[in-house]
Formats: sequence, structure tokens, C-alpha cells
Amino acid sequence: MNKPKELTLYVAGQTPKSVAAIRNLEKICAEHLDSSYVVKVVDLKENPRLAREHNIVAIPTLVRQLPVPIQKIIGDLSDTEKVLVHLQLGDPA
Amino acid sequence: MTAGIEKALTGIEGFDDITMGGLPRGRPTLVCGSAGCGKTLFASTFLVNGARAGEPGVFVTFEERPSDIVDNVASLGFELDSLVEEELIAIEHIAIDPSELAEVGDYDLEGLFMRLELAVEEVGAKRIVLDTIESLFSAFQNPAILRAEIRRLFDWLKDKGLTAVITGERGDGALTRQGLEEYVSDCVILLDHRVHNQISTRRMRIVKYRGTPHGTNEYPFLIGEDGFSVLPVSSLGLEHQVYDERLSSGIADLDAMLTGGGFHRASSILFSGVAGAGKSSVAMCFVDAACARGERAMVFSFEESADQIVRNMRSIGLDVAKWIDEGRLRCISARPTFYSLEMHLAIMVREISRFRPSLVVLDPISAFLDSGEQLEVQAMLLRMVDYLKSNGITGIFTNLAHDQTVGKTDAGLSSLMDAWLLLLNREVNGEFNRELYLLKARGMAHSNQVREFVMTENGIRLLEPYLGAHGALTGSARRLAEAQDRRQETSRRAEVMALQDKVTQRRHRAELEIATLQAEVAAEEAELRRLLKAEEDYRNQAAADLAELAAGRNASGG
Repeated sequence: MNKPKELTLYVAGQTPKSVAAIRNLEKICAEHLDSSYVVKVVDLKENPRLAREHNIVAIPTLVRQLPVPIQKIIGDLSDTEKVLVHLQLGDPA
Repeated sequence: MTAGIEKALTGIEGFDDITMGGLPRGRPTLVCGSAGCGKTLFASTFLVNGARAGEPGVFVTFEERPSDIVDNVASLGFELDSLVEEELIAIEHIAIDPSELAEVGDYDLEGLFMRLELAVEEVGAKRIVLDTIESLFSAFQNPAILRAEIRRLFDWLKDKGLTAVITGERGDGALTRQGLEEYVSDCVILLDHRVHNQISTRRMRIVKYRGTPHGTNEYPFLIGEDGFSVLPVSSLGLEHQVYDERLSSGIADLDAMLTGGGFHRASSILFSGVAGAGKSSVAMCFVDAACARGERAMVFSFEESADQIVRNMRSIGLDVAKWIDEGRLRCISARPTFYSLEMHLAIMVREISRFRPSLVVLDPISAFLDSGEQLEVQAMLLRMVDYLKSNGITGIFTNLAHDQTVGKTDAGLSSLMDAWLLLLNREVNGEFNRELYLLKARGMAHSNQVREFVMTENGIRLLEPYLGAHGALTGSARRLAEAQDRRQETSRRAEVMALQDKVTQRRHRAELEIATLQAEVAAEEAELRRLLKAEEDYRNQAAADLAELAAGRNASGG
């Protein structure tokens, strides 16, 4: 899989939800994703304009920009299986 | 402005009156209603008027794209795009596509708040519109989070001191889908679009308004060429000013029937009559008289167009076109079925308050009786009469009666009216004659006669009634009777003249006889005097003779 894969997690400051989301994402990356994924964490508190630019409403939001179509997951990503389903990463098994 | 809470003017015609100053400043207001009832228009009017008055605003749209919103209100003369350029208004489009969204675990809407804050800061907004809140929340599935976030949103708006208008769809049986927004809002306005008997009416009601008195009625509102306007029609009761001034009816003969020479200013006058009895013509005489006095008059016609009125009145010598040209007369024609009763009333009130006439004609009110319910019509007319009275406007109402029975009007209008003219069109001996009768005139002594009225090229005249042995007559019967009278009069006069001549002659003759007799008497008297003189002379002579004789005898004896 050489297609570019990009995940961005939008958080707002160090709220418990954001912290939980970051931790959960790290865990998912480590356990289920290969290194072809570029994973970014954006703190909107530092640049609120990005919320408008990327059309973010809920926090935290995980956006799969690539491959298209864009897929968004909102929440603290506490259910790994669901996250993987929605990211359409193929069967995790 | 009442003490207590501060208010922000919306600039919506009529709305600021009902709310006594507008929406609560710095607090959220919920505007709810079903689709197509004017929520977005209400919100954008509020925002645009605010921006023009120096209160910048943010329009947050969850549905329509910013360009659509600009286009939609452009037809109303809101130059939203130029306001955006001047940075008085920011349009924030927050689109959420539920199909590309999945929920895993706990979240909040901090992103939304950040974006709102950013937009508010960019223009220094004092006002904000969220249109519509349902579209935002329908994208999310977790009801618990949603409710918490709605609450947080309202609190946030209050903390920021933003005068907010939040639009919401009506839920089943409740004001809103979530059933929560109305409790956290300080003011709730319900917009409604109802169709009854195929006639649609938009209505508005203030469901709640914390900390201030407000009108609680349902008010009809219009979305017209000049935007959103609410039309408050308050019931005013009976505490209006009364006028002693009399107004000429424009028909001199009619004025003469009333002691004082006319009807009172600001009275309500009803003309009822059958078809073709001349109701509109009499009404237009009043209008003409008012315009001639330099006042303004307004005619609401529910059957004729303005041009038709002008043409028809020309036939009785009234040139109303010149009054229209001079701006003293306005004719507004609308079929009763154009709007609902409420809306008719509201529009009339709005037009009257704009034109400020001193005389208003509603021709005919019976047209409504066919379209609406009797009680509603009566209520509407009552409000109309009250409105006119409280503004010192004379009201003229015509009513088409289906029969000539006196004393019965379909909507029980009599008690509302100060004066009631009955126009009859009666058939006698194969011809119809128009008659006018002043059935009632409050506070005025008036003639009790039924007068024949004729419409000529020179206007309307009331003819003196013919009172003969068989009662009052009209039409040719009157003319015939009058001719008969004239003939009888002539012959009677001839007779008298003849008799007079005869008497004069007799007097002459008698005088002659008297003169003759007097001459005879004089002659006899002269004769008598002569005889008496002769007698006296004789007696004197006899005495003298006797004395002479005695003297002679003495001389011979002595």
C-alpha cells in the first residue's frame, strides 16, 4: 500500500476528552496501523481558524483526509473496533 | 423602553411595538416555526437592521450556503454582500454531513464554539443568528451530549452578551424538536403559516418573553416587498376621544335631514341596501366632500377596481380622479378571498396608519360575510371600528342586504354603528325608485322621513317627499300627484278670482245705491229746513201783528 494515508486528530487544549483521544489514537496506530500512515494532532486552541478551514465542529475529531472520501470520526475513540471500521482500514483480523 | 431588561430593536415593522422595544439585548431568542414560515427572513432582517444601526452581527448558517442567503434577501433590498464587505456582517457557514461522520465515544462541540467566537471577534459582533439549530443537531446522534451542548451554547451566547436569534423547526406537539431550546431561551417567538378555507395566513405569537410585558395575541404578519412586517391589531376598547364637529356628507339634502348639518366626525356610518340602491355612490359623495375640504380619504373596495370607481362616479358628476392625482384619495382594491380576515384587517390598518386619512370607506363589508364566519367578521369589524374611532377617522361601511327588511343586518352590525342609512329600491306601479331613510343617528335629532333620492349628472339629490292623502309617494306616482295638485290649484285659484270679481262689483253697486239714497235724504232735509224757517217766520210775523193790534186798541180807549 503505497497510497498516501493521512489522519489528523483535532483537539482543543488538554481537555480530558482530547487527552483520551490522543492516547487512544496512539494505541490504535501502534497496534493496528502500519507506518504508511501520517498521523497529525492539531490543537485548535492554537489556531482556531483551522476549525473553519477544515470544517470542524465537534471535538475531538479524527479526520481521514486521504484516501478520499474524507471520513470523520468524532469522540474520544474509546472503541478501537468501531474506529477501525469507520476508517475502512480493511478487516482488523 | 420599560425598566428591567434592555432591548435591541429589530427594525421589523410592528414587531418592536408589540415587544415594546425589540428582542432582549444580550440574550438568546428562539424563533420557531415549521418550514417556510419566515424564520430565516426574520433572523436576517434582525441582523441587517442591527448592522445598519451600528451593531455588527454574525450569521451562522447550518443549511444554506452564504451566497444563497445573500441572494435570498437581496430582493428585499438588504445588501448583505456589501455589509459583509464592510465587515459589519460575517456569514459563517457550518456544514455537517452526517454521512461522513461517525461517533465513537465522548465528544463535545468545542469546535463550533471556537468558530463562533472567531467570527464574533472578527466583526466585533453584538448580534448573532443561528439558522437553524436543528440542522446542526440532527447531525449528531448522542442526545445526552446534544442537550448538554444546547445548554452550553445558550449560556455561551449569554456570557458573550450577544443578542441572539436562534431559529428552530417545530417538533411534533412541541415548540422545538429537542423540547429544550424554548426553556433556555429568554424569548420565544412562534411563527405559523396556516391555511384555512384555502386562504393562507401568517401569524406570529410571542410565547414567552422573560422580564417584560408583551402582547400575547397572535399577530398576523406579512412577508411582502418591503420585508417582514408584523401587523398589530390591538383591541382598543371604548376610551376614544369624541368629536362634536360635524362633517358634511357631500349631499346637501342629506345634511339637512340632520340637525347640526351633518354626521359627527369619527363616527361609524353604515349604508345598507339591496343591489343597485346606490350605496357606493353615496359613500363616494362623502369621500368627495372630505377631499374637497382638503382632508384625505381612503377607499377599500372589495368589488371594484380603482379605475372602475372613477369611471362610475363620473356618471353622477363626481370627479374623484383628481383627488387620486392630488394624493388625497387612495383606493385599494382586493378581493375578500385574497387574504384571510385577519390579514385584511391588518393590511387595512397598516395602510391607514401610513396614509393617515380622515375618512375610510369599506365597500362592501358584506363581501366578507360570504368568505368568512359571521362571528369572525363581526369581530374584525369591531376592531376596525375601534381602530378608526381611536384615530379620529370617520368610517363608512356599506352592506349589501339581501332583502329590504328593516332592522336586520347580517352580522349584527347595527350596534357597532353610530349612524345607519337605509337605502331602498322599491317597486311601485312598475318602476323602481330609490329611497333613503335615516334609520339611526346617535346623538343627533334627525328627520324621520323616507326621502326619494335621485342620481343625476350633477350629483345626488334628495327630493322633498310628496305627502298626500295616501301617504308619501315617490317616482312617477309622486310626479303625477304633484301634477294633479298643480292642476287642482290652478282651477281653485280661478274660482277664487271669479268670486273676488263678483264681490267687488257688488260692492260698487251697493256704494252707488248708498250715494243715491244719501242724496235723496239730503234733498228732503233741505226741504224740511226750508219749511221750518217758513213756519218760524210766520210765527214771528203773527206775534208782531198781535202786538201792533193791541197797541192800537189802547190808543182809542184811553
